[in-house]
Amino acid sequence: MEQVAGDVGSFQVKVRKKARYVNENLCTGCGACAEKCPTMVVDVFNAGLGNRKAIYKYFPQGIPSVFTIDATACRQLGQGKKCGVCAKVCQAGAIDYEQKDTTVELDVGAVVLATGYEVFDPSVIPEYGYDRIANVVTALEFERLLSASGPTAGHLDRPSELALEREIEEAQKELKKLQRQVSQLEEKHGKPSSEIVRQFQSGGLGESEDLRKWALLAQDLSALDGRFQSMTHRKASASAARKLAFIQCVGSRDFRFNRFCSSYCCMHSVKEAMIAHEHDNGVSSSIFCMDLRAVGRGFEEYKLRGGKQANIRYVRGRVAEITEDEAQNPVIWYESTVSRQVVHETFDLVVLATACVPSAGTSDLARLLRLELDENGFFKTDPLAPLNTSRPGVFVCGCAQGPMDIPESVAQASSAAARAAEIVAPARQAVG
Amino acid sequence: MAEKIRIGVFVCDCGSNIAGYVDVKELAEYSRTLPNVVYVKENLYTCSESGINEIKAAIRQQNLNRVVVASCTPRTHEPLFRGTCEEAGLNPYLFEMVNIRDQCSWVHMQEREEGTNKAKDLIRMGVAKAALLEPQESIKSEMDPNALVMGGGISGMTAALALANRGYQVFLVEKQAQLGGLLLKLDKLAPSGADAAAFAASQAELVQKHPKIRLMTSTEVREISGYIGHFKVTAASGGNRDQFGVGVIIVATGAQVLKPHGLFGYNGKRVITQLELEDLFRKDAFSAGNVVMIQCAGARIEERKYCSRICCMVALKNAIQIKERSPGTGVRILYRDIQAYGTENEEIYRRAREMGVIFINYDVSNPPKVEEEKVTVAHQLLGRELDLPADLVVLSTPLVAGEDNEAISKLLRVSLDENKFFLEGHVKLKPLDFATDGVYLCGNAHYPATVREAISQALGAASRASIPLAKGVMTVEPIVSTLVDEDACRGCGLCVALCPYGALEIVRTEKGRKVRVIPVACKGCGVCAATCYQHALSINSYTDEQIGEQISACLEAQG
Repeated sequence: MEQVAGDVGSFQVKVRKKARYVNENLCTGCGACAEKCPTMVVDVFNAGLGNRKAIYKYFPQGIPSVFTIDATACRQLGQGKKCGVCAKVCQAGAIDYEQKDTTVELDVGAVVLATGYEVFDPSVIPEYGYDRIANVVTALEFERLLSASGPTAGHLDRPSELALEREIEEAQKELKKLQRQVSQLEEKHGKPSSEIVRQFQSGGLGESEDLRKWALLAQDLSALDGRFQSMTHRKASASAARKLAFIQCVGSRDFRFNRFCSSYCCMHSVKEAMIAHEHDNGVSSSIFCMDLRAVGRGFEEYKLRGGKQANIRYVRGRVAEITEDEAQNPVIWYESTVSRQVVHETFDLVVLATACVPSAGTSDLARLLRLELDENGFFKTDPLAPLNTSRPGVFVCGCAQGPMDIPESVAQASSAAARAAEIVAPARQAVG
Repeated sequence: MAEKIRIGVFVCDCGSNIAGYVDVKELAEYSRTLPNVVYVKENLYTCSESGINEIKAAIRQQNLNRVVVASCTPRTHEPLFRGTCEEAGLNPYLFEMVNIRDQCSWVHMQEREEGTNKAKDLIRMGVAKAALLEPQESIKSEMDPNALVMGGGISGMTAALALANRGYQVFLVEKQAQLGGLLLKLDKLAPSGADAAAFAASQAELVQKHPKIRLMTSTEVREISGYIGHFKVTAASGGNRDQFGVGVIIVATGAQVLKPHGLFGYNGKRVITQLELEDLFRKDAFSAGNVVMIQCAGARIEERKYCSRICCMVALKNAIQIKERSPGTGVRILYRDIQAYGTENEEIYRRAREMGVIFINYDVSNPPKVEEEKVTVAHQLLGRELDLPADLVVLSTPLVAGEDNEAISKLLRVSLDENKFFLEGHVKLKPLDFATDGVYLCGNAHYPATVREAISQALGAASRASIPLAKGVMTVEPIVSTLVDEDACRGCGLCVALCPYGALEIVRTEKGRKVRVIPVACKGCGVCAATCYQHALSINSYTDEQIGEQISACLEAQG
């Protein structure tokens, strides 16, 4: 949204429609383009745990089912190189490198804001070591790990192991490259590399630059091979995460960051612990919380069932610090308010239940629409007219007005529609 | 001669949701061997645009006249695939869905081979049935453009106003003599600080003045028959009965406050409920030197497991009220978890702490004891029993389901949960709709809610209810009961008595007493067809023949 004029009952709104460089009407969503695209990009949807291509769909069931080119990553669009692979493979002829942003003008009676939220970045809490400790993840990252269509196909591989896997992959590529070079030299000279290396080490190689390079290359190859073996060995002995910890109120109910409660994270953690246990019966979880806020229909019962059937332990106590042991296991330090002791415990994986915070564009949007924000930065609403913003004709639903769970968001969406419908009803009836 | 049956089978990987646990390749191969199957395709996501296009292309290119998709649940995806068939020119009821995700890959995650075999059985059954499917046409019916709102509390009033403001005639029925519901018993509302009764009165005035709302107080709904678009409502007030027709119904009948007899020495004098405390505030009769509030009095215990959602906020609000009225009064809240979810509630919690309200956590296995002049509680951090002075003990009791809920659920043929609150159609996707079409719910009738939430839900329910009203015409799935053999029907009426939806009636015809189906009311449950000993009734797409064939296919040994 770039411009808003008018008032309740008659707003004139200008919206920028970003170029996706793919013709929406022609794209069938077949995915041939992404299959052949040569550029790999870190996959934001998979919380950076996997990769995607420069031409991509945000997630498999995305609507509309149309691909988009990430212009900055694209070789053709962003880097000025010759590529055009996607245009070549697209049988529908949907790729359009010339597509431009367009401005859409809308005449509307009411505006509904459903701009959602963002999750709190826990790297600002030094004591939780989110950016230092590989096996400390956020609840949304964990959600991707649990997902059957996620980067691990739903297996609880630890991020440290995923990193190791990537290292192995890269080493393998390098290994192949060196092997190819070395075997070419072996063929050319008709001698095994071992002979050259021996001569080089004993100083009997002479002045030949060519042979010296060969010897060095062969040495690199053997060193890399050693590293590769040790990595694959480590990988083979790695096991999936089974002992999980969930830390509640990360960035919520914390005066340093956000005073408010993020509302849904307690149940989210219980759910994730339940699913992890469903996936692997050997999984046990500890949920560290101040209060466990299970306040909806069936929530308390679900929480209790988690305790009885899914090896979930609810620990009352705020976690002070997370450290890491030499096997890359996170260690949690906390004071149990029940046993009155400071204790520490080692886990395979720690999940941070991060706060629900206003999305980045909220303040800009508020300025554009001349709306008030509340003291937490969400759109301000009236408790007795809960969908109304400070401006008549503009309504807000879901987490844009504050943290809430899915049922409440869905209910609010209908409510906001009711409010907007009341405003446009006279005009609609006049039209018939 | 009948057209030759040409079945296309589409097997979905659902990413790895299915393919990760059953052998989808093998299922596709197996499907090729089944009778009448001329085309088989495995899709990464059959529901994706490319999967849909593949179905359409196959219908056209392979001349398919039946389609079977083996994927996830028909609850969410059957309409999509039916639509796909229709777009490709095939009658949408020549489609059959087989659920190999919920019934195979999900429940047999650890048993790949058995799960795969079960999926084969299900596909074989689906294919067998598909061969016998017949085209159906959907049923249309006009909507009665009126609404019934049951309950005149804040939820009911808000919903009625929202619909009336859109121009729909609303019948608002309230059992009590006065509008306002629970609000009438409250003092102030948090966090607005508004006077609850005054707020209720202002809404009641809007309702009373609205030309589109017919208000019926001291009235109860006695009978409801019919179906979405055409409900017939009988309401009774004193000796008078009134009948009117509506297209949709919103249930906003609220909940009731638990009287905690036998809990923590409740006596209505020194040990009272939060509501009774608010009554003291309103009468300006509050006076106490030390107050102890006990949370979860009668909630989150063995006989009543649920958390009533709002009682913590009620306690916080009233604790602040006490501190504002009488700063010297000690207020201690004994709690298990303070459920101050969200932004506003947490802020109220913080304010209460700032004002000097003391919060003490207790363990349900060792609950506080109310004694003369004091309450004792095991303090976890101190590790010992504490004696708290208390000349007034206030119990935070849960809301419990309305006393009429069971009767109303029978009138409307809608479900209740295990605590007798009304149960929505889908916890996440349909929080304000019942499973029965044309009936909606909001507020405390659904589950305890704050005033903010109740208003929001009421507006939402009105919005949902306005969708069929705005359309004006109802389109219903034709999977309904049909009188397939009129001569066989003897008009005995057994099916009419058993139909849970009132979708059958006996009429006099030239051939005598015969049953007549009201297709818009029929849900296709099949009770009538199963009951009819003359086999005169049958359910479209679930005929005896089709199901018989499915059973035979099930019993066939795998080839």
